[in-house]
Amino acid sequence: MSATRAALPPKHQPVEAGDRPVDRRFGSTLLRHLAVVLAVGLVLVAVSYAVEPFRNFQLATVAAYLCATAGLTVLTGLNGQLSLGHGALMATGAYTVALCQNAFADRGMTGGWLLPLSLGAAIVSTVAVGAVVGVAAARLRGPYLAGVTLAVAIVVPALAVTFDGVFNGEQGLSVPVEPPPLSLGPYFPYERWQLWLTGAATLLALLLLANLVRSRYGRSFRAVRDDEVAARLAGIHVARTQVLAFVVSAATAGLGGALLAVLAQSVSPGAFSLTLSLFLLMAVVIGGLGRLTGALWGAVLLVALPDLTHSVTELFTLSPAVAQRLEGNLPLAIFGLTLIVVMIAAPGGVQGLLSRLGRSLLARWPARRS
Amino acid sequence: MDRFVFLTVDGLSRGAVYAAFALALVLIWRAARVVNFAQGAMAVAAAYVAYTVSTTTGSYWLGFAVAIVAGLLLGALVDRVVMRHVDHASPLNPVIVALGLVLLIQAVLGMVYGNEFRPAEAPFSRSALTVGGVAVLSPYDLFVFAAIGVVVSGLAWMFARTPVGLRMRAAAFAPEVSRLLGVNVGGMLTLGWALASGVGALAAMLVMPTELGLHPHAMDLVFVSAFTAAVVGGLDSPPGAVVGGLVVGLLLSYVSGYAGSDLTPLAVLVLLLAVLLVRPGGLFAPVAARRV
Repeated sequence: MSATRAALPPKHQPVEAGDRPVDRRFGSTLLRHLAVVLAVGLVLVAVSYAVEPFRNFQLATVAAYLCATAGLTVLTGLNGQLSLGHGALMATGAYTVALCQNAFADRGMTGGWLLPLSLGAAIVSTVAVGAVVGVAAARLRGPYLAGVTLAVAIVVPALAVTFDGVFNGEQGLSVPVEPPPLSLGPYFPYERWQLWLTGAATLLALLLLANLVRSRYGRSFRAVRDDEVAARLAGIHVARTQVLAFVVSAATAGLGGALLAVLAQSVSPGAFSLTLSLFLLMAVVIGGLGRLTGALWGAVLLVALPDLTHSVTELFTLSPAVAQRLEGNLPLAIFGLTLIVVMIAAPGGVQGLLSRLGRSLLARWPARRS
Repeated sequence: MDRFVFLTVDGLSRGAVYAAFALALVLIWRAARVVNFAQGAMAVAAAYVAYTVSTTTGSYWLGFAVAIVAGLLLGALVDRVVMRHVDHASPLNPVIVALGLVLLIQAVLGMVYGNEFRPAEAPFSRSALTVGGVAVLSPYDLFVFAAIGVVVSGLAWMFARTPVGLRMRAAAFAPEVSRLLGVNVGGMLTLGWALASGVGALAAMLVMPTELGLHPHAMDLVFVSAFTAAVVGGLDSPPGAVVGGLVVGLLLSYVSGYAGSDLTPLAVLVLLLAVLLVRPGGLFAPVAARRV
């Protein structure tokens, strides 16, 4: 149904070809995305020199979350599969990185290539977990899928507690990470190095995702979301497409979790609770389902909101106990409320509002000129 | 053998609670085609209200009654204020809104009561009576069975024998036709939400004393177990929910008794996946009910 609605020309837009702002593209998709990624990378490097270390760390955290939210956007927004278990997939990636880095450290191995290797291992292990869940998910619809992934979200942290010989129970594991290479100078701030690391990994992941979304596979993702029967009639293997979407989004979630573990230099089951999974879903919904830029808004929100409520509660003079209660719970309450309001009032999310605004401005522009 | 009997009785007692909770899920699913992921949080909210009333008045039973009433009101409120305005075109939307409710309710409870565990008192002794040298039932287990039995049979009687039950079933299955015939479909929907939420509150009151106590997240795992129970029975079938609840309760009791309580979440996941992979519509659902 939504496919037919999308196919209709929007009311206030000139219908002639070439005048539509949405389709004004040039060059190959890959080159265009490469150019954007390069530009963003350069801006990021410039920003990393301009701001203080704490902001660098926050930006790095945004980048790590962006990995996971972008993957979830591909799965939920483009393929229509709801996952409440992406926090668990992040935990899988995070624990893999921790185990790898510890193994390397125990054997006294050093070198710049170790961290990429661990991150690769994290992606491989989450791909394996994602494939298992994805095969089950491909057979399930709506609330059933949500229920299964909800169970996954609860089980994975519980496993870390059950097998505490390997995962060290509630305490979790530390993640030894090497200092920045000496070639950058002896006083290179560690936070800037963290931003460079996570930024590079996230940009690479986003480049791959953006190309995937524009490719044949991206189109079949959307076709399956809009109408499974029609997709099947058009020759798309529905189940295979759904498993592929799940695996891709699991891989990015794993990378995001791994990056988060590298940033915090520790992993514990408490960091990857059911609330994190719900947070990720909130983030992509509030950011705007179905657009990768929406995932960016979501990731920014995930980092900014707790910080914001912290500074708001500091404005008032509250007793320490009350302040502590508010600080942990106020962001949750705001997130929940925003989610409900967004879902009812503006299902397109932040990015939907922005693009609607942009489109109406563009539509008015030629009228003013004439 | 003693241990087996004990675990079986304990499992059935837990299973009765899961059955009630699963029944609440099934009620809303049948009426509104929504799986209410906020059910656990709503039930916890009702239990906190009961806690406040019980501690200020000193009467357990007053708190118990208030919990049920609070559950009923909260259910109606959630339907009227939130769920009614959600676009149901995609099945994702109500689920996402329910999850927003979960966060909101748990956060508000955390702000008001704090995030620490509070003891939940039981009205009867939880130590088992011995019959012929074997420890079997505790008075509290009997109370749980009685309460759930009354509610389940009461609901069954209401749906099968009363005019309101008939109207509720009609409104759920053919909303347009029932509206033409003068049924207040919206009112029936609200009533369904209220009833389901009241049953959920009852289940929360019954399960809290056997768990760690009162906590904003106290019902998370219970919700997952109850969802599994509802899926085992088939989301469309109230008798299925009751049977599914008992099955899940027994399974969890045996797993935690013989293999360790840490493994119960894993057992729930395995059961859920096994049932869904073999019969995606649940064991009690008619096969034709599943769309392509």
